[in-house]
Amino acid sequence: MNAQPIHFKPSEGFRGRAKAVVDNPFLRQSFRGAMDFLMTKRAAQFPDAEELDSLRTLGEHIRQYNLGKLPDLLVQLEENLARNGIHVHWAETPDEANAIILGICQKHSAKLMVKGKSMVSEEIELNHAAEAAGIGALESDMGEYIVQLAGEKPSHIIMPAIHKTKEEIATLFHEKVPGVDYTDNVDALIQIGRRVLRQKFLEADIGLSGVNFAVAETGTLCLVENEGNGRMCTTAPPVHVAITGIEKIVEKLEHVPPLLSLLTRSATGQNISTYFNMISGPRKPHEKDGPQEVHLVLLDNGRSQAYADDQLRKTLQCIRCGACMNHCPVYTRIGGHAYGTTYPGPIGKIISPHMLGLEATATMATASSLCGACGEVCPVRIPIPELLMRLREESFSAPHENPAMRGQGAGYKPWVTAIWRGWAAVYRSPSLYRLATWLGSRFAWLMPSNQGPWTTVRVPLKPAPKRLRDMLKERG
Amino acid sequence: MSEQAKTGQRPADVYFFATCVVDQFFPGAGLDAITLLERAGIRVHFPEEQTCCGQPAYTSGFPDEARKVAAQQLTLFPNDWPVIVPSGSCAGMMKHHYPTLFANDPARKAQAEALSARIHEFTDFLVNVLGWQPEDKGGECTVVLHTSCSARREMGVHLTGRKLLGDLAHVTVAQQDHESECCGFGGTFSIKQPEISGAMVEDKVKSLKATGAERVVSADCGCLMNILGHAAWKDRQEGRAQPSLPGEHIASFLLRRTEERSGK
Repeated sequence: MNAQPIHFKPSEGFRGRAKAVVDNPFLRQSFRGAMDFLMTKRAAQFPDAEELDSLRTLGEHIRQYNLGKLPDLLVQLEENLARNGIHVHWAETPDEANAIILGICQKHSAKLMVKGKSMVSEEIELNHAAEAAGIGALESDMGEYIVQLAGEKPSHIIMPAIHKTKEEIATLFHEKVPGVDYTDNVDALIQIGRRVLRQKFLEADIGLSGVNFAVAETGTLCLVENEGNGRMCTTAPPVHVAITGIEKIVEKLEHVPPLLSLLTRSATGQNISTYFNMISGPRKPHEKDGPQEVHLVLLDNGRSQAYADDQLRKTLQCIRCGACMNHCPVYTRIGGHAYGTTYPGPIGKIISPHMLGLEATATMATASSLCGACGEVCPVRIPIPELLMRLREESFSAPHENPAMRGQGAGYKPWVTAIWRGWAAVYRSPSLYRLATWLGSRFAWLMPSNQGPWTTVRVPLKPAPKRLRDMLKERG
Repeated sequence: MSEQAKTGQRPADVYFFATCVVDQFFPGAGLDAITLLERAGIRVHFPEEQTCCGQPAYTSGFPDEARKVAAQQLTLFPNDWPVIVPSGSCAGMMKHHYPTLFANDPARKAQAEALSARIHEFTDFLVNVLGWQPEDKGGECTVVLHTSCSARREMGVHLTGRKLLGDLAHVTVAQQDHESECCGFGGTFSIKQPEISGAMVEDKVKSLKATGAERVVSADCGCLMNILGHAAWKDRQEGRAQPSLPGEHIASFLLRRTEERSGK
């Protein structure tokens, strides 16, 4: 299992971070508005419920089919990428992935890496590692660029700067970009960003990107984007390094169109993204442009742990559309940063425990009412609520031999287990249940007015003076 | 409409599984649901040995404890009659999770599956099995309906409550914003993440009140406990003597509307 050391426990302080957002009416309203906008856009893309239903089933089957053959497909992918002249690297941990990428940078005496949007690069904290090695890493996706300028992390996997208002961005640009006057005109702000980045694409030694689908049969890397910066990163600099998780693989090219359609429609409510790049190798001798070298780093970072368990494997079906967070009433209330994990929202709660271990994420799965909105919109039908319940079980059960997950039992508290055992002892026994509820109804006046977390915003719970069974008896 | 309703095959007898929340906190709702069924000409049987469906432990990550409690309920319904549950959430547990819960217990697996097939959420049973048509005898009234997430997404019975209310001649059903969003109850979620749960119920109560409806009705008492609990807390905070958002189980509302000389 993954032995990445734990630097940070997102579980710790989660409630405090959540509270800070919940208590901020401005942020509450801003997230609500943004999520409403995204939900409306998605809904407009799927006017036909039956079509959506069959497309989701197709998406689920494609992902499950490919995950079912994952080890073989990875071998096939590596062979075909190599045939196309793409160097393949394997990384088990974020540190290994960083070492590989920085090694490539050093080989080329790189000073500047320009980056397309890649959540996996966030997962391994590549910018931090590059900076420590004296290599500049510049984000070129507009949202990522904003977040980087602000010294923050993305708060959403598709819209990294969704937590920022245009006024905040205007101030940020004015303060951080040399020679920029304050303007909160969105078009003007975008032009400022483009001007800065255009120059950097030309200067950069390395272009880094993520991958949305890696096609095994053809050795093709597919990249979905809207701004054209992805194409710049993967073609302008002399070296292109792509990084992705091992699960992003499909066997056949024909698997891509349905997934692409589900992805763009679910994510941003677009029929198709503005750009769709298919990268099949470095510049060939007769070609005038394109990188001279292309690398792919395949990262595990706990994914093989999810893969090994039939139920947990469904986590890996994800195509990273972010619809689960857009529709999540919890994410809508607290935003992405409160989670403390690279991937926030429902998908973050089910994937992060594999990356960070349950020691660091023991209570994350409790931050859900299991309302099921995430599972309902997931384009590949990941049963997120079911997986959250599984994670609760893995976390709260007593530590045992051969656990399915690293950190199993990390949330185990003997007294909590004792309470549930006591509860089961009463509720499995009709006579004890009758006694307990009889006492409850007779002594309801003894119920305290302070019932802990429940009464922070609710009146105390009080059993009725007569139970239904008493009322039925009286009625005869 | 179900086959049973189309062919007029109304069951003569049904079991009633009240749920622990109704038994202890909303007994009137249980009694009203039973009365409604009886007035529709059905004999209602209440197995005395019933306790809880086991959901609290199940969703909290304690499936073994849930299984022990669920196993007790499996034995309560020997005849092949429908089992009516006045809660989408508990019905969802029995219909959809019991078969999973006992998947590795050969003795109980078949029992769980057979029971699962007989589970009906209350409003779904009224509409799709009985084809029940309420005759509205009440005055003009505006209500707002809250549907639980389990009723909506697990049981798929979010339209039946709306239909029942829509059939009442003098009742207007108001439309709240973010109707399909969770009220924030989520069982132990409300205790473990009180800040987030509190924000959710605050928003829910605001949107229900913004409709101007006189009351909220729901087919799930778990949600009602949360929604009415917050509304009453807010009233207290703001010094209101009368509840600004009264509410009740849909069975109680339907029974009152269909009784002679009823008010609202």
